[in-house]
Amino acid sequence: MKKSNSTFYLLITPVLLWLLALIVIPHLDMLFRSFRFETDDGSWVFSLNNYLAFFEDKIYWLTFVQTALYSIGVTILAFVVTFPVAFFLTKVVGKRYSSFMTLLLLIPIWIGELVTVYGWMILLRDNGVINSFLLKIGVINSPIEMLFTNFSMTIGLLYISMLFMIVPMMSALESMDDSLIEAASDLGASKWTIFRQIVIPYTTPGIVSGGIIVFMLVIGDYVAPNILGGKSSLWFTEQIYNKFLASFNWSEGAAFGFLLLLLSSCIVWVALKLSGQKLDKVGS
Amino acid sequence: MNYVLEIKNLTKKFGNFTAVDSVSFNVEDGGFFSILGGSGCGKTTLLRMISGFEEETAGDLLIRGESMKGIPPERRPVNIVFQNLALFPMMNVEKNVAFGLQRQRLPKSEIQSRVNEMLERVGLVGFEKKKVTELSGGQRQRVAIARSLVLKPEILLLDEPLGALDRKLREHMKVELKVLQKEIGTTFIYITHDQSEALVMSDTVAVMNEGRFEQIDTPKCLYKNPETSFVAGFVGESNEFDIASYVNGKLTTSKGCVLAKQKLDFQPKKLFIRPEAFILNPAADLSGIERIEMQVKSILFDGSNTKIAAIIKSGHQEVLISLPQNAQFEDLREGDDILVGVHQDDLKCYKD
Repeated sequence: MKKSNSTFYLLITPVLLWLLALIVIPHLDMLFRSFRFETDDGSWVFSLNNYLAFFEDKIYWLTFVQTALYSIGVTILAFVVTFPVAFFLTKVVGKRYSSFMTLLLLIPIWIGELVTVYGWMILLRDNGVINSFLLKIGVINSPIEMLFTNFSMTIGLLYISMLFMIVPMMSALESMDDSLIEAASDLGASKWTIFRQIVIPYTTPGIVSGGIIVFMLVIGDYVAPNILGGKSSLWFTEQIYNKFLASFNWSEGAAFGFLLLLLSSCIVWVALKLSGQKLDKVGS
Repeated sequence: MNYVLEIKNLTKKFGNFTAVDSVSFNVEDGGFFSILGGSGCGKTTLLRMISGFEEETAGDLLIRGESMKGIPPERRPVNIVFQNLALFPMMNVEKNVAFGLQRQRLPKSEIQSRVNEMLERVGLVGFEKKKVTELSGGQRQRVAIARSLVLKPEILLLDEPLGALDRKLREHMKVELKVLQKEIGTTFIYITHDQSEALVMSDTVAVMNEGRFEQIDTPKCLYKNPETSFVAGFVGESNEFDIASYVNGKLTTSKGCVLAKQKLDFQPKKLFIRPEAFILNPAADLSGIERIEMQVKSILFDGSNTKIAAIIKSGHQEVLISLPQNAQFEDLREGDDILVGVHQDDLKCYKD
């Protein structure tokens, strides 16, 4: 008994250290900082002024709402784009090829976000690959402005995050017995009904856990909105960045950071409620 | 004739492998028809062709006289109970049973009454709102059967649905299934590798081997008069002998045991004798009996199924003999010499 106890503590120590040093302490530090306010005479007092600053300027509100809406939109898009791929890899193609093809899918992650985002710039810019092609075949007369718009930002966010949707969805689909699909078909269900009534309800835990990962990645992303987005593509992480590094107002930056954390937690909570899932079930 | 299912030269090939090899048979309306065969004999492929999940390479299959060629599973008047049951885990019992009816867009009240009626029939009243994951093996079985039967199919296909149950429950479900089938009158086609399931439940059994039917018969005829050596060896227990020669009405086994057998118009290669065909200490005045001297090697006690493993003295071959569990042979011990008789009619000879 004593031996297993000491093994238990030995194993749990790295986890606790990790949580404490890298998550709890920095967050507590930020939390304290967000309530500190420097008065005119240079002394620090406890205050809600940092949070009030967010409500005073309309641009912060606007960015906040836009970030939330676009993150939800990208998450939904990621599901629409990746579900057929996940279904194909698990249910249509044989086991032998599916693991190899899954590996191919993950290649963009090896390259790194910044490089893939620059790749999209090459594709989307005015004299880029897509515009040159469209001009050449005569579909358009002048280049379409795609880069530095909300469109290019959405594409970038989708591209860097959607692979994180595929993995949990594939494992959910893999655990689903093919005979469920056959049974539904045998009982007279059309393909659409099978999809809606059998496949989707069965894979909901996988979809929700993939959705949470994608949503968190997107709402907290900085690179894609900053590089691919245009003047109107405001992202809340950019506001936080500006507070910290442009105006050196760490207190307001910390407050904004906590507001973002609150926002994303609320949306995830609502999503769990709507899909009838439990966080511990989705997490496993 | 009133056939619910007619199969004509049905063939299925996977590449070079022929899973079902030009099978033809008819199934009478309202019967319990079993297809019995070992794993890989093609029985599941045959079932999947009837249900529409596999497309035939050649041949035709007719349900109530209508060809099913090119008709997808959802539009065939047959339903299937899968080996693993394939109940929908996210739905409760009631919703599982109602699933097929809802697909037919029937009015809600009719769906409800038919579901209730079916659940009553299979003894699941009070389980309507239970999750299928909360049910026992036997109850899940009944949900799967109810889910299919509620659609009133012409044929119910069952793909070894008792395989996952423990022995006791399986024995119980065998009887239950047979009673249910008689009550409802739907034609059942039952696939199994378990001969006892096939023999107990069926009106007709087809024995399948390497993609072909070896014999289609009633369980009793199948057991009493196997037409091929495969059936003789597969259905029921049997002692198998290789025959070295057959001259002047005398069979000689490869181990040298000589038995008289009249009226064979072919050269036999194999001989089968059932354990219960042996008579221990036959009376001296019994005629038509071949008498063999043996020595008891061991007694394999298994209740009513107890057997003796004995050695034929002249041939040094081991055979299994049924041992009735009554007082008569109580004092039989290992090493005892016994005289064993077998009627000539019980010597089943085959060409291959």
